Amino acid sequence: MSVLVIAVLAMSLYAWHMRGRAAALPVEATDSRPIAPPVSGPTEQVTLYVAQDEDGSLRPQAARIPLPSGRQERAEELLRALLTLYLDKSSPHPLAPGADVRSVFLVDPGLVVIDLNAAFADGHRSGVMVESLTVSSLIRTISTNIPGVLRVKILVEGKERETLAGHADLSGFYDVAAVNQLVAELQPGQ
Amino acid sequence: MRWSRTRAAAENASTRGLKPGFISTVEHSFVARLGGVAKVADSWALRHSRGERAFASLSVLLLLTISLSGAGPEKHLSVYSVAANYSLPVVPHNGRDYVGLLELLEPLGAVNARTDGEHWRLRYNNLQAEFTVGKTRVHIQGKDADIPAAFTMENGRGLVPVSSLGLLLPRFLGGPVTLHEDAGRLFVGSVGTHFTASLAGDNPPRLVFNFTSPVSPAISTEPGTLRMTFSRDPLVAPASPTLTFGSRTIPSATYTEGNGAAVIAVNSTAPVMASFSNNGRTVTISAASNVSQKTASPASPPTGSPSAASTPGPGAAGNSSPLPRKYFAIIDASHGGDDRGESLSSTLLEKDVTLALARSLRQELESRGISTLMLRDNDANLTLDQRAGLANSAHAAVYVTLHASSSGHGVRIYTAMLPYETSVSDDRGPFHSWNTAQHSYLPTSQLAATSVASEMQKRQIPVRTLLAPLRPLNNITAAALAVEVAPQGSDVAQVSAPDYQQLVTSAVATAIAAARDRLGAAP
Repeated sequence: MSVLVIAVLAMSLYAWHMRGRAAALPVEATDSRPIAPPVSGPTEQVTLYVAQDEDGSLRPQAARIPLPSGRQERAEELLRALLTLYLDKSSPHPLAPGADVRSVFLVDPGLVVIDLNAAFADGHRSGVMVESLTVSSLIRTISTNIPGVLRVKILVEGKERETLAGHADLSGFYDVAAVNQLVAELQPGQ
Repeated sequence: MRWSRTRAAAENASTRGLKPGFISTVEHSFVARLGGVAKVADSWALRHSRGERAFASLSVLLLLTISLSGAGPEKHLSVYSVAANYSLPVVPHNGRDYVGLLELLEPLGAVNARTDGEHWRLRYNNLQAEFTVGKTRVHIQGKDADIPAAFTMENGRGLVPVSSLGLLLPRFLGGPVTLHEDAGRLFVGSVGTHFTASLAGDNPPRLVFNFTSPVSPAISTEPGTLRMTFSRDPLVAPASPTLTFGSRTIPSATYTEGNGAAVIAVNSTAPVMASFSNNGRTVTISAASNVSQKTASPASPPTGSPSAASTPGPGAAGNSSPLPRKYFAIIDASHGGDDRGESLSSTLLEKDVTLALARSLRQELESRGISTLMLRDNDANLTLDQRAGLANSAHAAVYVTLHASSSGHGVRIYTAMLPYETSVSDDRGPFHSWNTAQHSYLPTSQLAATSVASEMQKRQIPVRTLLAPLRPLNNITAAALAVEVAPQGSDVAQVSAPDYQQLVTSAVATAIAAARDRLGAAP
């Protein structure tokens, strides 16, 4: 009996001690990282480079979209805004239904990794021109709106892939300077 | 009979390690003596009685029978590869020509086979295949393929139809093969000896053949013709099978192929002889001086000189490359096999259109005297690295890859958009980074692209020149461009129309021919 009384007293003391420690700990800040893209909020003006199948050109198009403050999240939102245009019924450069950007990683110095989903690549139309337009549209849109980007790597479902749809090379790192040269060649009237 | 004896003599001489020049001299005199005997026999026949002529005819028939039975009507398949040039007997079976697959692969790599009932299992290097007697379906490395006629066995030897080699061998060897089925000639990889022919001098006239590799043909003559038979050399056809030279003494030559050999027959109006020089790379056909002085024709420029005469080859004008150049141009029909490329319509695949375009371009280039290698001439599926490797090993001056598209209008000419890498800093002395191997050739590539675009414009074909992230352009160590052909209007079927294809390929070929000196002088 006395043993039981001692055990109950000891456990009560331990519980009182632990309660006191928990109260002494600072309250952690709420995790503010977004788990979904913002659907509202202040908008910013950006420039999207939109592929036009009709004349095989890449045209800059101003747009106002809500952007988060983080560079990485901004990059993802930029590309999603671009894809919204391509997935629209009146798209000038249709992409496959379900095409999306899984994530974008910014790795210093100057490297951007774009991870596309499988629907993007598997359903992409095949052809040198049509694939070049897609790749240059993604890269130029990122490099124009995110300063300091020198090279871009494109993955599909987190893995390296040889080509986008049989033509555009995805095995290496894109040189933004070379893409800019291609974009200049793809301006209307060139 | 004369042919067989001469070939045998050449092969015997060759196995004794004699120089080609020696072979030609010996054989020429030997055959000339035979020709002389034939002439004597003709005049003898005119002067003798019917009985004597009948006896003589029987004797000739007997000799002919003995000779033919000795030579035999056996057909051969000649195989030309970097590893070895060799000849295999062709076995007739059910009206088709068959060849032993094990014997064919043996000189090319490690191969063994075992029989299990009706099944014949072959292992070539690390690749396994299974054939079944009486079946056309074969399994190669886990994949099925259908050959044109059933596999068969004879005395434990696995035999496949000769016509199936164009399909089977790329799967075993991982590279292209070119099969001249009717002629019994098989080219494995980037082999092929090209030649030029041009007339030099007029008293006596000399016809000079320059070959891109040493050759050892058997020489035979008969009145009006000198024949060079190439059974061990991978000689490939000139642009036109008949070459004319505008000379009365040596007016023309013809190129033919058959039973595992290529033959150049030089037609002459006077006795001629052949001599070798330049380590077997040059054969000079010249008229005997005493006859040529009587028949000497006024020096007339070669009006119809063969297009092959201007084929750039080793030592060609403008070619400062220290590397041996077998082909001036490489044509790459993109896609192939499982890689179908774009589905241009429900019945039209990009891989088929590019193959047709490539064949058309080869014809256009060769008709302009430009030696050309097609990386695939069938439905083979080559990797991008294989395409670049094959193209680079040929040390050609220009590489053209062909694509087709339903998108847009006209033709797009692309040059390489190099990846970031760390550019040329990845180079180590003479070794260049694979991903940016094209770097030092970009100016020449852009020159070629500009030249092609100019020719397109002359033909009113809408054209654009662009960079493209398109492999293997960045891996090519030569001027490299991609040509993407789209319809001029809205009908995508136009990309498969022969007249449209010919319009495009003639523009490409004309541009390359126009720029050949500058392309040939590239690093």
